Amino acid sequence: MSFEPKILGIACNWCTYTGADLAGTTRLHYPPNVRVVRVMCSSRINPSFIFRAFQLGADGVLVGGCHPGDCHYNTGNLYARRRLAVTKKILEFAGLEPGRFRVEWISASEGNKFAEVVQEFTAQIKELGPQQKLKIDELQEKA
Amino acid sequence: MSRIGVFVCHCGLNIAKTIRVSELAEFASTLPDVVVARDYRFMCSTPGQEMIANDIKEHRLDRVIVTACSPLMHEHTFRKVIEKAGLNQYMLTIVNIREQVSWVTSDIEEGTAKAKALLNGAVYRARLLAPLSSRVIDVNSGVMIVGGGIAGIQAALELANTGKKVYLVEKNSTIGGHMAQFDKTFPTLDCSACILTPKMDAVLQHPNITLMTYCEISEVKGFVGNFDIKVRQKARYVNHDKCNACLACTEKCPGKGISEWDEGLVKRKAIHIPFPQAVPQKPVIDRDACTYFLKGKCRLCEKVCEQKAIDFEQQDTFIDVKVGAVIVATGYNLMDTSPLVQYGYGKYPGVYSALEAERLFNSAGPTSGKVTLRDGKEPQAIAILHCIGSRDKNNYEHCSRVCCMYSLKFAHLFKEKTSADVYQFYIDIRAAGKGYEEFYNRIIEEDVKFIRGKVARVAESSDEPGRLIVEAEDTITGKFVQLPVDMVVLSPAMIPREDSKEVGRLFNLSTDKHGFFMERHPKLAPLSTMSEGIFIAGTCQSPKDIPDTVAQANGAAAEALTIVSREKMELEATTAMVNPASCCGCQNCVRVCPYGAPLFNYEKGVSEINEALCKGCGLCASVCPTSAIIARHFTNEQVLAEIEGLMEF
Ligand SMILES: Cc1cc2nc3c(=O)[nH]c(=O)nc-3n(C[C@H](O)[C@H](O)[C@H](O)COP(=O)(O)OP(=O)(O)OC[C@H]3O[C@@H](n4cnc5c(N)ncnc54)[C@H](O)[C@@H]3O)c2cc1C
Ligand code: SF4
Ligand code: SF4
Ligand code: FES
Repeated sequence: MSFEPKILGIACNWCTYTGADLAGTTRLHYPPNVRVVRVMCSSRINPSFIFRAFQLGADGVLVGGCHPGDCHYNTGNLYARRRLAVTKKILEFAGLEPGRFRVEWISASEGNKFAEVVQEFTAQIKELGPQQKLKIDELQEKA
Repeated sequence: MSRIGVFVCHCGLNIAKTIRVSELAEFASTLPDVVVARDYRFMCSTPGQEMIANDIKEHRLDRVIVTACSPLMHEHTFRKVIEKAGLNQYMLTIVNIREQVSWVTSDIEEGTAKAKALLNGAVYRARLLAPLSSRVIDVNSGVMIVGGGIAGIQAALELANTGKKVYLVEKNSTIGGHMAQFDKTFPTLDCSACILTPKMDAVLQHPNITLMTYCEISEVKGFVGNFDIKVRQKARYVNHDKCNACLACTEKCPGKGISEWDEGLVKRKAIHIPFPQAVPQKPVIDRDACTYFLKGKCRLCEKVCEQKAIDFEQQDTFIDVKVGAVIVATGYNLMDTSPLVQYGYGKYPGVYSALEAERLFNSAGPTSGKVTLRDGKEPQAIAILHCIGSRDKNNYEHCSRVCCMYSLKFAHLFKEKTSADVYQFYIDIRAAGKGYEEFYNRIIEEDVKFIRGKVARVAESSDEPGRLIVEAEDTITGKFVQLPVDMVVLSPAMIPREDSKEVGRLFNLSTDKHGFFMERHPKLAPLSTMSEGIFIAGTCQSPKDIPDTVAQANGAAAEALTIVSREKMELEATTAMVNPASCCGCQNCVRVCPYGAPLFNYEKGVSEINEALCKGCGLCASVCPTSAIIARHFTNEQVLAEIEGLMEF
């Protein structure tokens, strides 16, 4: 059987989640690997959500928010952008392949962009294969 | 131990086609704390709702998971269902297996597997849900309307007639919008001014309407029921309290500015009212055209003004307005077609944009209603070019909806006012509206020539200087047409106002890629937006004609009324709170919150969140180093549990 990655998506309610709904309303098909958690704003995303997902065996994590400047809470995603950039650095420092974590700004009207990003990201993760660097049972085996 | 009920909806075949719904319900019944799991054809229907309510009672459920369409669709519906059955409304989780699974997946295996993973996540999350109590707030009964075109005017009058206080904010020095520029309106050809000016006047006279012209929105604070809006009154350099509208000043003024109303076809005075029926009738000074502001000398208007109303020292001022709801009706622009060099707009004097043409028909326009070219001659042949920039993937993909009809209107008016031959170059004639096809048929009878084909180029005639050649392929005959004319009228794409993104930002409205405001739902909530209490009407939402604009304006007025007719309303309880025992006093939350909700209590040495100001974004919770902040309904534990559930399958 071919490798089917598990990907966590975290989307803000007002832009990316709505954009993902729009992809559905317009019946754009995309791979089923991304499972989306809804938060009100990308700024709600605590880095621990992302670390935890990788520990639990996520092969990739995709974060989506409003375009910078368009956040429903004005400045929320400007903080998120910085925090997520640092998170990415830490993940890579911990040994994770750079391609496994991605942040995308997808507006409520960009259903097609959501579908494209999921398609592309899923293909990229398939290429990278299963994630083992941060997965807990693998870590425990090593210990 | 909690007691969870899971309700899987088929949504007819919308979900059931790509997800095995009964298998999903069976799967649910094996998950921890799930005491009942069912599937049903339409969960949102009355029997579906009753099924949930009965199960809550029969199985003593304390949490409900509805596995159906997007929470953006029906979360509210199901919250009410469980509340009526005695549960706290926040004890609900929605699993979106329609928009985000069945509609985007073709394979039933894949669909079912993804739905299982999402459902598992929801069960993990639901177990950690906590009841929350909604906040009840007082509602301000006023409404602000932004934009005084026909949409804003109509909405203002409707609301004011119900007795509500209305603030109509218009950035120009008069209300009226584009409709005030037209001579006749399709399909009835009734006179635009005759139907519009009485309404403009009614706005001015209405005791419940505060008309705020020459104003712009500078800041929006607050939330549904309690908006606190700062309006910038731009300096008019005329004190309108003193001015008695005699307009003696406008006669004497030597300054020359570009007449926006006449689309720049003529000049107007620096101190001016935009057009004779402007409302209000009191003038403003255009700084960029005023001799005094430009050269430091003149002040003629000051000398002739008996009321001593001229005030060169006037500054912008700010006015605070408190309202319960807002209607945004900022209208449209036409695309600037000069970058489309093939049509020669701005290069050849014989090429006009549609709004310029409108002004030529208007008896109050630059030519007093005579159709003449820039050199004063009457045109012998006129070509009207449809779909310039619209229905064009390189520019605007959308159809502007009104161009076919106003192009037909133009043809009629050209025929009425000149002896010219009139040609329509069109792709398709779209005449879908009441009386529109009939209007089209009438124009065909008027000896207007229709050539089906998109014009490739407008060029200068080499044989007859000053004339233009319109080149196109006639797609009916397959022949290449080269038609000599004197006048070309372009029907450019209708596009959003240039500042629509900024206006969107102020009111927290999403825009589509061009800048039209997005509705909450394209079919079921076309006038609401993602910002509660803020509604949209007219062409700022998408291109449309006057009848549709007016219908939307009435609808938006009714929507606003559903808010401001209440004295109190419930707000989402999903705010943040600080656990004082863990707060280390770093004040990160105070610094980041966009709404100033957290405040540091120096006495206690901890931060506290003012719930009335908190909008529940959760930003503070993720910057709090000690996890002292609990983002209600999206707590760390709840989100982490959901992630854990998702990753298990
Ligand atoms: C050439 C042409 C001919 C037409 N002929 C017809 C016809 O015959 N029949 C018909 O049914 N339809 C016709 N239409 C369509 C018609 O113009 C629109 O349906 C109608 O004018 C839309 O009204 P509105 O109030 O939405 O927008 P607008 O008329 O654009 O009014 C918007 C108002 O908001 C103000 N505003 C904008 N931004 C702000 C801001 N930030 N703050 C405060 N105020 C702001 C503007 O100054 C303006 O006063 C025609 C359109 C064109 C282009
Ligand atoms: S961020 Fe957390 S620890 Fe710092 S002041 Fe706010 S509540 Fe206290
Ligand atoms: S959740 Fe926090 S940051 Fe967001 S509005 Fe409330 S107090 Fe401010
Ligand atoms: S609401 Fe979308 S990023 Fe803040």
